[in-house]
Amino acid sequence: MKIAVCVKEVPDTTAEKRIDAGTRRLVRDEGDRMLNEFDKYAIEEAIRLKEAGTADEVILVSLGPEKAVESLRQALAMGADRLVLVSDPAAAGSDYLGTARALAAVIEETGAELVLLGAEATDARSGVMAAALGEVSGRAWVTSANSVSVSGSTITVERQGDDGVDTVQAPLPAVVSVTKAINEPRYPSLKGIMGAKKKPQDVKSLAEAGIDAAGVGEQGARTKVVGVETPPPRSAGRVVKDEGDGAQQILDFLIEKKIV
Amino acid sequence: MAGILVVAEPQGSGFRRVGLEILSKAREITGALGGPLAAYVGGVGVAGQAASLGAYGAEKVFVAEHEALGMGLGAPHVDVIARLHAENDFAAILFGGTALGRDTAAALAARLGAGLNSDSTDLMANGSVLRARRPAFGGQNLVDCEWTGGPQVALVRPNSFQASESGGSAEVIAVSPDISAAALRATVTGRKPADQGSVSLEEASIIVSGGRGLGAPENFSVVEALAASLGAAVGASRAAVDAGWYPHPKQVGQTGKTVSPNLYIACGISGAVQHKVGMQTSDVIVAINKDPDAPIFQFADLGVVGDLFTVVPALTALINQRRG
Ligand SMILES: Cc1cc2nc3c(=O)[nH]c(=O)nc-3n(C[C@H](O)[C@H](O)[C@H](O)COP(=O)(O)OP(=O)(O)OC[C@H]3O[C@@H](n4cnc5c(N)ncnc54)[C@H](O)[C@@H]3O)c2cc1C
Ligand SMILES: Nc1ncnc2c1ncn2[C@@H]1O[C@H](COP(=O)(O)O)[C@@H](O)[C@H]1O
Repeated sequence: MKIAVCVKEVPDTTAEKRIDAGTRRLVRDEGDRMLNEFDKYAIEEAIRLKEAGTADEVILVSLGPEKAVESLRQALAMGADRLVLVSDPAAAGSDYLGTARALAAVIEETGAELVLLGAEATDARSGVMAAALGEVSGRAWVTSANSVSVSGSTITVERQGDDGVDTVQAPLPAVVSVTKAINEPRYPSLKGIMGAKKKPQDVKSLAEAGIDAAGVGEQGARTKVVGVETPPPRSAGRVVKDEGDGAQQILDFLIEKKIV
Repeated sequence: MAGILVVAEPQGSGFRRVGLEILSKAREITGALGGPLAAYVGGVGVAGQAASLGAYGAEKVFVAEHEALGMGLGAPHVDVIARLHAENDFAAILFGGTALGRDTAAALAARLGAGLNSDSTDLMANGSVLRARRPAFGGQNLVDCEWTGGPQVALVRPNSFQASESGGSAEVIAVSPDISAAALRATVTGRKPADQGSVSLEEASIIVSGGRGLGAPENFSVVEALAASLGAAVGASRAAVDAGWYPHPKQVGQTGKTVSPNLYIACGISGAVQHKVGMQTSDVIVAINKDPDAPIFQFADLGVVGDLFTVVPALTALINQRRG
């Protein structure tokens, strides 16, 4: 079985100034980009399934700028086998659905039966891709997996739901997003880092990947940004030293704010 | 295109508050969007509670009953709502940002080829179209979005609006739950419910969080006691979660949950930027930390420099006393 893992390069959201007010696009600075933290859990799970003999190939799939290869190489260093990155100026500004359609086209091509995703991308924090990809690719889908096991053509997932943890079964081919509880991602070894450069890293245009440009990119996006504001950052309030009355001070403050 | 459909998730004999919050807001803008305010309720044994959504402004409530609609999985709901949309041509379909809401909204929007705005914290009408505001990059930016066509599908962050009753009443319409075999591929075979009475982080209006300053897992009891006195949910910093002191779903921050409660109390948390981006949109932030130079004091509304092991239990006692 082949596993595709959707991986995304994201800007470091803890850095300042993120959206260009003129172009209303993300500002992409050098040295400011990284592999989406949540995706490491999906990569780790795929590698473990390969190590356990359940999978024979782990293929990274991504849509993003060509430079993303540098961040995504970290996933190859962890142990994934190869990378397919769709990169095309016409794909810039894709919305969730354009992205899902592009990823689905590439995944189809790889022949992967299981698709793993991170729970969220730390830039937009929507956490919608797994369900959208499931719908677009016509596969069964399960989100928020705390564990995944494969038996024959059935997967069993411990799913973190709104009211507790559910056991969910679904047939392959399937799409699954994973939570941070699923594993502890490994750090790439020196050997892994050295070897990563030599692993296949295909960068494809939309045409090369056989993706219809109509539904992707800014032209195809179904939502548009009409304004960006930068509110003043939160400022420091009152800081008091506890002289035995710290708790009382907090209570008075909560009463003043009408919270208690 | 006419009006708004709000997806209201049943919870026990009532509804998750976020659905009521969205209805309360939607009744201000549904007129501009050219139609009535409708709600959708899907589940098992939920017909009885559906009419109560009238009090929050729903004029019509579509109710679908099917075992698969009560499993917490999105796909079966997508089938039902897609058909409702085909019959009613809603201008907008609004979901609360729960696990189920996210899944259903994403797959539904993909099926309808619709635009999706996630994590909206404000909704308004711009002429006859919807506009959604969402924080980006941990609240550093506020981004206003519109749709290039309909239906306008949005996910709304819990605690963005006040749930308020309007005193209206609703027509309850039973819809037959035609669910495709494809939507039944994923099924729930077992269930481990969360602790009774525990409040989910995203929906909680008060959160008390603990960090490395707690020193040991058992000391989370100090934070839990304060949370219990306030009816609050308990959160944790990544340091506390990574140390194995508290479960992963309780982590707040860049790689945890993003929360916007009315009150966030940080106990023994330094306020690293990765923690800050997950909670800085809280209305009021209170911090207790023994280090006067802790970064959290740069953005807390009230900071107490002191030992959490004396301040927090004392506060718990004061609040319990006040509540009687
Ligand atoms: C990619 C990435 C993602 C991350 N994501 C997150 C995230 O999602 N959420 C998150 O929280 N962090 C995240 N972090 C980690 C973050 O950088 C900090 O390391 C973490 O938030 C620190 O947790 P803390 O405040 O509990 O611990 P510390 O920074 O160790 O702070 C503990 C505080 O407790 C105080 N203290 C100690 N004893 C007492 C006492 N008795 N009474 C009162 N105060 C006391 C200390 O003065 C100190 O300020 C991330 C980091 C990275 C690199
Ligand atoms: N452009 C992309 N390329 C590859 N994978 C992506 C992309 N965008 C999102 N994903 C995947 O979808 C997950 C959830 O992202 P999101 O729904 O955008 O929060 C991420 O953790 C990735 O696994």
